[in-house]
Amino acid sequence: MSQGIDLEGVTMRFGAVAAVDGVDLSIAAGEFFSFLGPSGCGKTTLLRLISGFEEPTAGTVRIGGRDMRGMGPNRRPTALIFQNLALFPLMTVAENIGFGLEVRGLRAAERRARVERLLELVALPGLGGRRVSELSGGQRQRVAIARALAVEPQVLLLDEPLSALDLKLRQHMRAELKAIQRRTGITFIYITHDQGEALTMSDRIGVMNRGRLEQVGDGRTLYDAPETPFVASFLGESNRFAGTVALAQDGMAALDTAWGRLVGRNPRGLAPGEAAALFVRPERLRAGAGANQVEARVLRQDFEGAFVTTLLENAAGGQVTVQTPHSGDEPALTPGEVARLGFAPAHATVLPDAPGDRP
Amino acid sequence: MRAALRHYGPVLTAAITALTAFWIVVLIVLPQLLMVDFSFRPMLPPSKLGGPEDVHTLRNYATLWGNTVHRGIFLQTIWASALVTLSTLAVCYPVAFYMAQVAPRRRLATLMLLLVIPFWINELLRTFAWYVILAYNGPLNAVLMTLGLIDEPQRWLGTPGAVILGMVYVYVLFMVFPIYNAIETLDRAQIEAARDLGASWPRIHWRVVVPHARPGIAVGCVMTFMLAAGSYAVPAILGGPSSRWFTEIIYNWFFEGGNWNQGAAYAFILLVLCVGFILLMMRLFRVGIGEMAK
Ligand SMILES: Nc1ncnc2c1ncn2[C@@H]1O[C@H](COP(=O)(O)OP(=O)(O)OP(=O)(O)O)[C@@H](O)[C@H]1O
Ligand SMILES: [Mg+2]
Repeated sequence: MSQGIDLEGVTMRFGAVAAVDGVDLSIAAGEFFSFLGPSGCGKTTLLRLISGFEEPTAGTVRIGGRDMRGMGPNRRPTALIFQNLALFPLMTVAENIGFGLEVRGLRAAERRARVERLLELVALPGLGGRRVSELSGGQRQRVAIARALAVEPQVLLLDEPLSALDLKLRQHMRAELKAIQRRTGITFIYITHDQGEALTMSDRIGVMNRGRLEQVGDGRTLYDAPETPFVASFLGESNRFAGTVALAQDGMAALDTAWGRLVGRNPRGLAPGEAAALFVRPERLRAGAGANQVEARVLRQDFEGAFVTTLLENAAGGQVTVQTPHSGDEPALTPGEVARLGFAPAHATVLPDAPGDRP
Repeated sequence: MRAALRHYGPVLTAAITALTAFWIVVLIVLPQLLMVDFSFRPMLPPSKLGGPEDVHTLRNYATLWGNTVHRGIFLQTIWASALVTLSTLAVCYPVAFYMAQVAPRRRLATLMLLLVIPFWINELLRTFAWYVILAYNGPLNAVLMTLGLIDEPQRWLGTPGAVILGMVYVYVLFMVFPIYNAIETLDRAQIEAARDLGASWPRIHWRVVVPHARPGIAVGCVMTFMLAAGSYAVPAILGGPSSRWFTEIIYNWFFEGGNWNQGAAYAFILLVLCVGFILLMMRLFRVGIGEMAK
């Protein structure tokens, strides 16, 4: 019922700009894969390359092992859900959903039955006769999903489908999409610039930056073990300590920074003398304990309900953020007070420090 | 009205209203009413005006029914105008679609200019240009002979084909722009969505583009049909005895037969026909008058 996708060196240039730049990736059949990245990083372009609206200037797109070059979007086993949905406003809901079936020459009676089943699948039974303009945002969303599923695609491509919805509805639709994916077993390729969405829904995530695929992995791996500075700072919050590698052994590196010597994992195998930065999550920092120690003056403390976020600054003007769960017995840090913070080397990552890699 | 009052004050508003009313009543409504009255009276020498024979009658309208030649020309005019409308639509829809959805932005200005430039020239001159092109010793015959498509020059002028061709050319803009305006507002993603769902190009046009462009197509057809049916210059210049236009007969009643009463009756029959056509198009395309006015 579903097919995988292989991208080999896929590149798309618009004049001098490479919107997508040498992407190599395999997506398994039935996987829920998300592309995550800032605006303009090439997500939509990549989706258009997979669905056939654009041909790559270099590289190969394979679906189910077959080279897709020269095949238009009408001949690929994919269905795309557009960023603005692109429902047909002059057709009823049923006609919208049945359009792909009409194209395939299905007889009216069978079409009606299939549309009815799809309306049930997306929890809109009985609304087939409505005009699209008479639906709410969430209902339109479901119609778009049903319309795409009607043609029984092997791969469903979704371009930020929930971005127009309000928060509550968005959370609801996330669960619904996930459920539909599980029920149908179709490969989902999902585009978003909302990391919460990517983390909660996906089997794997590909983080994109300026047309390149920075890192691919499940949410936990990307969050706990980022391999590029971009991933470390784009996904969630990170404290960044810039410096120079002093020692490197056993997959760990010691970095000389303005905060003193700090130790972290060294996944990229940086050698002594290289410019680098150490990244550590705000919630990994604890008052006092830890092999790495930093000292700073408390600037302010923000109460956020489940968390308390504290911003500190050292004498050189470098800032560090600490996030502590609001358990009731967390240490109270008063502004102006100097605090010692610690974190374990296993929770910190040392990565190359190139200025262009920051989001 | 209230806004005008606030803007111009009572005196100026009254003056503007009075002038507009004068313009509408004296220059438009009264002459037309006079013509209506004319069309229902027999033509009489001045001495008998106001006499017992000067009564309202439908005789002038009945003339058309009784006169087989005129009736034939009337029907032919309807038929040919419909043909002109269809041909113009066939020529203009692809052009409008290309300009609205396919052409790159920077080429669009050039395209528009190329379309509009010929229309800076008077309709008569444009028609005469076709007269030259279609002439027996003209360039069209020369080109066709050079290409070996015909063996000897053909007489194009005076044929219904020449009239239809000339009219299509003269009225293209009235069809292109309404359709262009309509298609321009179609979100390209809808075309792509249809394509993604597997639709062929003919189906995309039939199910997505044409329904969206419906009001524009209706407006273009109505304008072209009315202009064609009421055209005088093109059939007079490019036509011949076999392609006479109803307007030529009206002209003859007025200025050669000197029978204004009869001419007025014929003119109103043509007007009723055009109104009928508008209503038909509105039914056919299921558009309201408001949608068309846009
Ligand atoms: N048809 C095109 N012609 C020229 N440049 C293009 C074209 N399509 C996209 N680009 C450029 O390619 C880059 C990537 O665009 P793309 O739409 O893929 O970004 P995106 O990641 O989807 O952004 P967003 O999150 O804002 O939707 C942008 O710099 C954009 O300007
Ligand atoms: Mg996009």
